Amino acid sequence: MKEAWLFAAQRLSALVMAPLVLLHLGVILYAVRGGLSADEILARTEGSLFWGAVYGLFVLAAAVHAPIGLRAVLREWCRWRGAGLDIAMTLFGLVLLVLGLRAMAAVL
Amino acid sequence: MAMLEVEIWRGSGADGAWQRYAVPHEANQTVLDVVTHVQRYLDPSLAYRFACRVGMCGSRAMTVNGRPRWTCRADCPQAARKGRLRIGPLRNLPVIRDLAVDMAPFFEKWRDAEARFVPSADPPDEAVRPDEPERMAADAGIECINCAVCYAACDSVAWNPDYPGPAVLNRLWTLVNDRRDGDRDGHLDAAGAGCHLCRSHQECADACPTGLNPTAAIAGLKRETLRRTLGRLAPGRGR
Amino acid sequence: MRRGPWWAFLLHRLSGVALAVFLPFHFLVLGLAVERAALDGVLRWTDNPWVKLAEAGLVVLLALHLTGGLRVLLLEFGRWSDRQQSRIALAGGLALLAGFGFLAAAFA
Repeated sequence: MKEAWLFAAQRLSALVMAPLVLLHLGVILYAVRGGLSADEILARTEGSLFWGAVYGLFVLAAAVHAPIGLRAVLREWCRWRGAGLDIAMTLFGLVLLVLGLRAMAAVL
Repeated sequence: MAMLEVEIWRGSGADGAWQRYAVPHEANQTVLDVVTHVQRYLDPSLAYRFACRVGMCGSRAMTVNGRPRWTCRADCPQAARKGRLRIGPLRNLPVIRDLAVDMAPFFEKWRDAEARFVPSADPPDEAVRPDEPERMAADAGIECINCAVCYAACDSVAWNPDYPGPAVLNRLWTLVNDRRDGDRDGHLDAAGAGCHLCRSHQECADACPTGLNPTAAIAGLKRETLRRTLGRLAPGRGR
Repeated sequence: MRRGPWWAFLLHRLSGVALAVFLPFHFLVLGLAVERAALDGVLRWTDNPWVKLAEAGLVVLLALHLTGGLRVLLLEFGRWSDRQQSRIALAGGLALLAGFGFLAAAFA
């Protein structure tokens, strides 16, 4: 049952992120021209409801997606299983969430 | 007479070594013919398993030059590389001796998933048409001969001790699509416990001697079990 | 011995692991934006051509994981197609294109 939920969360977060990653790649290619600067980045993001919503959703989906994927790799290639792995991956997800929201707060 | 250079795995359990034999090459020779020649004329102590010799019983699968194959229908010129054949036991199953593996884990997973037809208490009144989509989906996977070639080809089986394997899941998908079956939900629950561990390498479809595509069947199970999982979120739907 | 779908799986898994490892650092750097000078300090470092090359690698990894992920979603939830090899080639090709696009933009 738990595995079925993790599978659903993994695929749904992927579905959410697909258009966001495409947008992100577009912004990267656009922003990198002429070099990056803090002013340029912050001019785009500061006070923007749109970028706040985009990055908020992005951080949330990534914090769900990455630990589930990493968990599968560790189970299959490192033979790490059981509660210890699940706790470690939950913590990894929380770290991503906190760092991601912190980064968001810094640029908004 | 042209000779084939044959290496065969000899040993019991985890211990063993490759042993060389020279076998005369003949027209229309199968890999099973080569193994039989070795056992009859060169080394009667060689252990291997076969029954029908014509691709029906599924009892004589082996690893031929690194790939799992059904040896009775594997032509030597096709399977041999530069006149060399290396024949070993199937992967992912415990070796009993030489080329004979213990098939019990393969069938135990089949049993545990209850991957068998459950007659419906309330069968459909109208006839099941051969061209309806569900029946066609079931028919696509029905010709499995339980040879465990897909099980040996699958990395997910090697990586996850609790993964049921392509054959069991393929069977569950035929049952899910069978309108006469009375336990669709039970089959989906059984599939839901492991089908997401399939990584779509498609090694099973590649290796299947009867040309089935378990990866496509498992994709169907992933789709239906996901629908069922999400159905639990909506009140009044799913169980 | 391995065929296309297996290599596609391997690339998807390795790119996923690499992105999961990179993500916390990405967030940490963006978190510096509370102080523009600190963020600019890191961004000056990225002007180095070798760093730009490494960033292009990250762009390829992200694009690879996106196109590979879309391939998996299509394979699992779309209608089965026997043209798996062409899909793999398309996914890989688009990802490489994104990398070249980044290089073109970064060095323009």
